[in-house]
Amino acid sequence: MADMRLRTMEKAGGPFLNHRRKVLLIIIGGIVILAGLCLWGLLMDPSRYAPNYGARLLAPSFAHPFGTDNLGRDMFYRTICGLSTSIQIGLLSALVSSIIALILGSLSAVFGGKLDTVIGFLVDLCMGVPHLILLILISIAVGGGAAGVIIGVAVTHWPSLTRVIRAEVMQVRSAQYVQVARKLGMSNWHIAAKHIVPHVFPQYLVGLILLFPHAILHEAAITFLGYGLPLDTPAVGIILAEAMRHLAGGMWWLAFFPGIALLCMTQLFDVVGDYLKILIDPHSARQ
Amino acid sequence: MNKGLLKYLTTTVLRMVLLLIAATMLSFFLVHNAPMDPVDAFLGEVTVSEEQRAQIAERWGLNKSPAEQYLIWLGNTLRGDMGESRTYHEPVTKVLGERFRASLLLMGTAWILSGVLGVILGIVAGMYKGRWPDRIIKTFSLILASSPVFWIGLLVLMVFAVELQWFPLGLAVPIGKIESEVTWAERLHHLVLPALTLSITGIANIVLHTRQKLIDVLESEYVLFAKARGETLKQLITRHGLRNIALPAVTLQFASISELFGGSVLAERVFSYPGLGSTAVVAGMQADAPLLLGIALFSSLFVFFGNLTANILYGIIDPQIREGGGIDG
Amino acid sequence: MENEVLLEVQHLSVGFESYNARVEKVFFNAITDLNLTVRKGEIVAIVGSSGSGKSLLAHAVMNILPDNARTGGKMYYKGELLTPEVMNRLRGRQIAFIPQSVAFLDPLMQVGDQVVGTLGEKARALQQKAFEHFGLKQSVAQLYPFQLSGGMARRVLLSTSYVAETEMIIADEPTPGLDLKIAIEALKDFRVQADQGKGVILITHDIDLALHVADKIAIFYDGRVVETADTQTFRGDGQGLKHPYSRALFNALPQNGFNLQRCPKCGATCATWNVDEEGMRCGCGDS
Repeated sequence: MADMRLRTMEKAGGPFLNHRRKVLLIIIGGIVILAGLCLWGLLMDPSRYAPNYGARLLAPSFAHPFGTDNLGRDMFYRTICGLSTSIQIGLLSALVSSIIALILGSLSAVFGGKLDTVIGFLVDLCMGVPHLILLILISIAVGGGAAGVIIGVAVTHWPSLTRVIRAEVMQVRSAQYVQVARKLGMSNWHIAAKHIVPHVFPQYLVGLILLFPHAILHEAAITFLGYGLPLDTPAVGIILAEAMRHLAGGMWWLAFFPGIALLCMTQLFDVVGDYLKILIDPHSARQ
Repeated sequence: MNKGLLKYLTTTVLRMVLLLIAATMLSFFLVHNAPMDPVDAFLGEVTVSEEQRAQIAERWGLNKSPAEQYLIWLGNTLRGDMGESRTYHEPVTKVLGERFRASLLLMGTAWILSGVLGVILGIVAGMYKGRWPDRIIKTFSLILASSPVFWIGLLVLMVFAVELQWFPLGLAVPIGKIESEVTWAERLHHLVLPALTLSITGIANIVLHTRQKLIDVLESEYVLFAKARGETLKQLITRHGLRNIALPAVTLQFASISELFGGSVLAERVFSYPGLGSTAVVAGMQADAPLLLGIALFSSLFVFFGNLTANILYGIIDPQIREGGGIDG
Repeated sequence: MENEVLLEVQHLSVGFESYNARVEKVFFNAITDLNLTVRKGEIVAIVGSSGSGKSLLAHAVMNILPDNARTGGKMYYKGELLTPEVMNRLRGRQIAFIPQSVAFLDPLMQVGDQVVGTLGEKARALQQKAFEHFGLKQSVAQLYPFQLSGGMARRVLLSTSYVAETEMIIADEPTPGLDLKIAIEALKDFRVQADQGKGVILITHDIDLALHVADKIAIFYDGRVVETADTQTFRGDGQGLKHPYSRALFNALPQNGFNLQRCPKCGATCATWNVDEEGMRCGCGDS
């Protein structure tokens, strides 16, 4: 529309906590908390959650905020360690998964035709077998353990992001400025580096971060079923599987706190991803 | 039935069959790639001579190439013989049949419950966009969407089975009762908690989707026009909202069967419910290849059936596919 | 003696709130200080270029602006202040709105049912009459919007106001896509309805067409009405018109020889000049 009178309500020199700053602060805050959690678990002295037969099955108290289990292990520190393990595994598998998605999605969009059909078929195939069954199959195919979990989660989580990347690349490719650049004789590499990557990368980043919660929940699920990490690792899935055995005895804290902690963590990932999306696409901030 | 719809249905079915074959190949490859030796897994502590081992391997076709083994398995399966479960010492088809009935009851209940409740809650949230009913429903759904199924199961178990003792701790029938003596009331009593858990986890997706779709519809130009013609909010929702929500909601619900299946594995595990999911866990632990393959095939079939139904419904409900293009006025 | 005033719009302004790329709230005005009076038996044409915000006027009167719109000013219908509640009661019963594209029809509902709307079975006969009137086969009633051609869609939209039997009609670009015969027929229809005592607002970008049927013409530019004049004023070389923009618009018509005033200094045509309430001048600084 011609000559619309634009007026910025909050200028750059406006109140300190303007909308953009708030969004940025939430993203940075979320990442700092998650990184801190990850480091805390990595650097923790294992004696913090070592068995202590003098303090078995204690209800939550000031000394043990999450209580202790049947071996007298402190559930708070075990949970922190479990979350840290989850973040590490989630990070690794989500990263692998997102790279698969990036490659397949771009190939699909750039070359189109038969390759696009084949990749589309692979996406459907991967979505066609229930993920948990596929995770179990992959876990036994590679002999279980952490490798099984990471590979399993990595190869089951790429389809949705592949579709997003494919759509994004297609959209940029057909955009006018890219067509103009092509007409002007720019090389494909130049167009990719100058136009396609800067447009697709933010979407990729959001997709990657929103993959974390899925990856982490599936890691916890497969571990809960007994296919994942070795039984002596402090992992939330293992903690909850053990808690299940003490449920009938009324030891509610064994399941309650680790689960809440896991839930809060996945929510935090979601919040960071959503706000990143707002930063990239302000229109989604309308509501 | 016209040409457009027929062509659409044929391509859909063909694609589904291809996908199903690919899925069984993938499962077969994975199971046969396992480092566990199936003969060892079968024999357990029993020691036998090399000759006998070779005989067993021969009988199972283990000395043939994977491709040949796959074809043999596929041929047998098509004839209805899926081999014998090494864990239960029963034909795989029999094990699957029994477990599937229990699972179907559980998943079906949860599926209908989450679908109906999800659409209703989604409509309420969309109608009151930005106000408190919307905020409560949206927040609740977002939290549910990132909650682990098994943890919700544990919470439900703690509250309703351990604390309040309204429902049993697990299993599908009372302990020590013969199958034929179990009443429907007892079955239902055992079904409530697992079905509730399973439906709670599936509901978030459908609520959020329905909400968004209703908001889109209410902001659409055709609803603007209907408003300008004097339709009330109630009329807008019954005349335009439901019509335009139904198709994506039904499609989504059928497409969510894969997740439902995954959820049922966890819910069955928590509630010791003897369905397909808990059997898959046991089969995996025991390296019971025939049973695992059977479950993989069955679950894929289930998911593909869901997707196929969604696609077919899409073709029948959406006039753009049903009527094909073209102007004939 | 002048007829009873149906609709009176005083100092209407419409603006939108949104977020810009830096996630800051911005506000822009689409309509500023607009005044308009429609009497019984009168066709008032609102003429302006495409995208100048004419449709928003119709949407503002019908109270169907999006949530992020902010309005100012007052509107009266037959002397009653038009609050949102009053409008919600009047629309469809007293005032009919004819939208401008097929997107205003529900894609999943047969168009016959849409024309009938919530008026009940008595409207079914009127719908059949309307279709006959606008030269649509009765079988068109069973079609879905995507199956209609542009012209058919337009006739279906016209039918909706035919069925409603209101005192006032607001038609937003009702003629594009219609062949000349039906377009003239549709306009004659508005004339007939006005002569029966209805008030009609005809929103269009086509001043020629407006001159054929309208009693008054409001020249709309960049969110405001620069001049409202009787149709008779538009004759000769347009000297009766007060505002230079109206004169320029009138003189640019084919029958007036496509005359475009040019800036004496830089030679730019008046199509590029700046327009305000007082007059219009070229951007090069010469007056």
